[in-house]
Amino acid sequence: MGAVMGTFSSLQTKQRRPSKDKIEDELEMTIVCHRPEGLEQLEAQTNFTKRELQVLYRGFKNECPSGVVNEETFKQIYAQFFPHGDASTYAHYLFNAFDTTQTGSVKFEDFVTALSILLRGTVHEKLRWTFNLYDINKDGYINKEEMIDIVKAIYDMMGKYTYPVLKEDTPRQHVDVFFQKMDKNKDGIVTLDEFLESCQEDDNIMRSLQLFQNVM
Amino acid sequence: MAAGVATWLPFARAAAVGWLPLAQQPLPPAPGVKASRGDEILVVNVSGRRFETWKNTLDRYPDTLLGSSEKEFFYDADSGEYFFDRDPDMFRHVLNFYRTGRLHCPRQECIQAFDEELAFYGLVPELVGDCCLEEYRDRKKENAERLAEDEEAEQAGDGPALPAGSSLRQRLWRAFENPHTSTAALVFYYVTGFFIAVSVIANVVETIPCRGSARRPPKEQPCGDRFPQAFFCMDTACVLIFTGEYLLRLFAAPSRCRFLRSVMSLIDVVAILPYYIGLFVTKNDDVSGAFVTLRVFRVFRIFKFSRHSQGLRILGYTLKSCASELGFLLFSLTMAIIIFATVMFYAEKGTNKTNFTSIPAAFWYTIVTMTTLGYGDMVPSTIAGKIFGSICSLSGVLVIALPVPVIVSNFSRIYHQNQRADKRRAQQKVRLARIRLAKSGTTNAFLQYKQNGGLEDSGSGEEQVLCVRNRSAFEQQHHHLLHCLEKTTCHEFTDELTFSEALGAVSLGGRTSRSTSVSSQQMGPGSLLSSCCPRRAKRRAIRLANSTASVSRGSMQELDTLAGLQRSPAPQSRSSLNAKPHDSLDLNCDSRDFVAAIISIPTPPANTPEESQPSSPGGGGRVSSTLRNSRLGTPCVLPETVKISSL
Repeated sequence: MGAVMGTFSSLQTKQRRPSKDKIEDELEMTIVCHRPEGLEQLEAQTNFTKRELQVLYRGFKNECPSGVVNEETFKQIYAQFFPHGDASTYAHYLFNAFDTTQTGSVKFEDFVTALSILLRGTVHEKLRWTFNLYDINKDGYINKEEMIDIVKAIYDMMGKYTYPVLKEDTPRQHVDVFFQKMDKNKDGIVTLDEFLESCQEDDNIMRSLQLFQNVM
Repeated sequence: MAAGVATWLPFARAAAVGWLPLAQQPLPPAPGVKASRGDEILVVNVSGRRFETWKNTLDRYPDTLLGSSEKEFFYDADSGEYFFDRDPDMFRHVLNFYRTGRLHCPRQECIQAFDEELAFYGLVPELVGDCCLEEYRDRKKENAERLAEDEEAEQAGDGPALPAGSSLRQRLWRAFENPHTSTAALVFYYVTGFFIAVSVIANVVETIPCRGSARRPPKEQPCGDRFPQAFFCMDTACVLIFTGEYLLRLFAAPSRCRFLRSVMSLIDVVAILPYYIGLFVTKNDDVSGAFVTLRVFRVFRIFKFSRHSQGLRILGYTLKSCASELGFLLFSLTMAIIIFATVMFYAEKGTNKTNFTSIPAAFWYTIVTMTTLGYGDMVPSTIAGKIFGSICSLSGVLVIALPVPVIVSNFSRIYHQNQRADKRRAQQKVRLARIRLAKSGTTNAFLQYKQNGGLEDSGSGEEQVLCVRNRSAFEQQHHHLLHCLEKTTCHEFTDELTFSEALGAVSLGGRTSRSTSVSSQQMGPGSLLSSCCPRRAKRRAIRLANSTASVSRGSMQELDTLAGLQRSPAPQSRSSLNAKPHDSLDLNCDSRDFVAAIISIPTPPANTPEESQPSSPGGGGRVSSTLRNSRLGTPCVLPETVKISSL
C-alpha cells in the first residue's frame, strides 16, 4: 500500500496544476486498483501464515478485483449468509468496524488485520475489537442507544419467521440484560474497562471466544 | 450461493465474535473440520487437454460433479489427475463457471451438445448467465420446435392413438377434426368439399343469362329461372348434405355449447338457414323481396372452405388480431372522407346540375378520389372544387398508403411479440422460481439440518457417518454460524408454518406467561422428562425451565462434567428411543418471555464409555447420535424446534 500510494501522491505533487487537480483526482478514483503491501510485511503484521494470506487474498481479489471493498459490496456479501433476514444494518456496523481509517472502503490490509485479531488475537484484542464494534460513534463509550441499535441490527438478521415470535421490545430487553451485566457503576454507559472486566468474568463468553480458532 | 461467497465465510464467521458479549446462551462449538491440506492445484485431464485449477475453485459448487466426491470416480491414481473422456472445448466453459460464477453459452456449438455436457457435469441449465440466457433459450426452443415438427410429421401418418373403448362420439369427432385418420373421414371430407363447390358454382351459374330456345325472339333469362327444378334439386341436395354434416358435428362435439358458439358452426348455420326459411315462406310478393335477400347468404357457403384450408384460417386469425389497426385505418379514413366531402359539397354548391347534391352524396366522390379510383361519374366543375379535389386525391394517397404498411408491420410485430411475451413470461417464472429456490434452499437446508437432529460435533465416531446427511465443510460451518446467531438472540429460525402456528398460540395468550422458576432447578434426573407425546403434538409440551447452570449463577459448568450429570436419567431402553422423541426443556436464557423448546435426549445407560471423551460437546451431542443410530432406516424427522441442549 505504501509503495502504490506513495507513487500516486508523488505524481500528484509533481504536477500541481490547480485547474486540472480535480480531473486528476477523479481519474485516480475511477482507476484505483489497490495493491496490498508485500506478503512478508503482512505476515509480520498479522498472525497468519503466508499460505493463509495467499488463500485469503485470492478469495478477496476474486470478489473485488479492484482491491477494495466498498460498503455496498460488503453488505451484499454479508447478506448472502443470512438469507432469512436483513443483514444490511449489521453489515453497516461491521463495515465501520473493519474500516478503521474511516475511508469508506476496506482494503485488503484492513480486512486481514481485522481477521487476524478476530481469529488469532488475544482475548484482550478480541474484546477490544468487539467494544469498537459496539461503539458506533467511536467516542470510547457504549451507551444504551448504540447498544439498542446493534441489537436491533442483529435481530433483523433473524428475519421474520422465528420461533418464538419476535416481539417489539425484545431488543430492548436484551439490552437491559446486557447493561445490567456490563455496567458496573450503573452510570448508563459502558467504558472499555468495564466491558473488559465484565466479559472476563463471564465464563460463557470466555469459552465462546475460543470457538472460532480453527476457522481458517 | 455465489462463487466467491464461500471464500468470505471465514470472514462472516469471524465477525460473529461481535455477537459474543450479547449472547445469553453459550454458543455452540464449531464443527471440527478435518484439517484441510491447504489449497492445492488439481489437474483435470479432459480428453488430453489438461486443465489446472485450485481445489477451492471446484469446491465452490458442492452439488456438481466436480465439486463433490463424485469426481473421485474419475481419478487416475497413476497420473494423479482426474480424467474425463469428454469434449475439451465445452469443458472450458464448465470450468469458467467455477471460476467466475457465470456459465456462458458457446455460440458456435450445438445447443444439444452443450446441454449434454451440462447434464454430465451436474450443472443445471438455469445456471446459464444472463448475458447468454436469452440466446440459449431461443436456440433451445428452435431445436425443440424443429424436433417436435419432425415428430408430428412422422406421426401424421399414424394419427393420434385413440384410447381403447372410445365412444362413437369421440371417434366421430376425431374423424371430423382429423380427416386423414381414416378412409371414411377422408371420403366425407372430400364429399363435403365437393358439395360446397357445387353449391357455390350453382349459385353463380343460376344468374347467368341463358338463351331460351323455347320462344322467339330468344329472351334472355337467368338460368336459374329457366331451369328452376334442376337448380332447386341441386340446392336441396347440397343443403341436405350440409344439414347432415352440421347435425353430426353437433352430436359429436365434446362441448356442444362451445361448438354452437364457434365461428365455423355459425357459418354453417348461416349457409343452410336461408333454404329452410325459403321452404317455409310461401311465394308471396311481399316477403319475396326479403326472401331474395336471404339467398344472398348462400354465398357464405364459400367460407365453409376454411375448414378445408389452413391458409384461410390463418388469414382470418390475422385479421382478427389486427383488428385495432384496421379500426384505426377505418377511423382515419372516415375522418378524411367527412372532411373532404363537406368541403367539396360547399365548394360545388353554387353550380347548377351538380352531382354533389348533399354531403353524403359527396362521400362517394371522396372515396373514389382518395382511393385513386377516379370513376369520373362525379367531377367538380368550380375552380375551388377542382383545387380541393386535387388536394383530396393527394391526401388520399397518403391516408391509404400509410396505414397499410403499418398494418403489415404491425401484424408481424404483434405476431412476434406474442411469441416473445409468452417466452418472457415463462422465463420470468423460472427466474423467480430459481431465486426463490436458492433463497429457500439455504433456509431449508438449515431447517432441515436442524430437523435431522441438530448440530453436533463430528467427533463422535463412525456411527454418525452412516446416518448424518453428507454436508460439505462449507455447509457445516455456515450452519454453525446460523446456530450461533440463534443462540445469541435466543430465537430460532423456523419456517412460515411454524411461525403462523406460534403466532396463533401467542395470541391465545396461553403460553407466554409460563412461569419459570428462576431459582435453581436441579439439573439432572428430575428435569429430564420423557413424555410419550407423539411428534406432532410436541407443541403442547413446551415449557420453560431454567437450568441451574444458567448464567444467573455466574458460572457455567463445563460441558464435559455435565455429561456426568446427565448420566443418571430415568432408565430408557434403547429400543424405546426408537418410537418417540423425549421432551425435556432447558433454557439457559435469563429472559422468561422466550418460549423455546429444547429437547435434550437422555443418555441411554449403555453409552457410558463414550461419555468420557473430553472433546465432545456434551451428553446431548452424543446422545442424539446414538438416538439417530438406533433409528437407522427411519427418516430422521424430529420436529423443527428440536435442539440439543448444550448443557
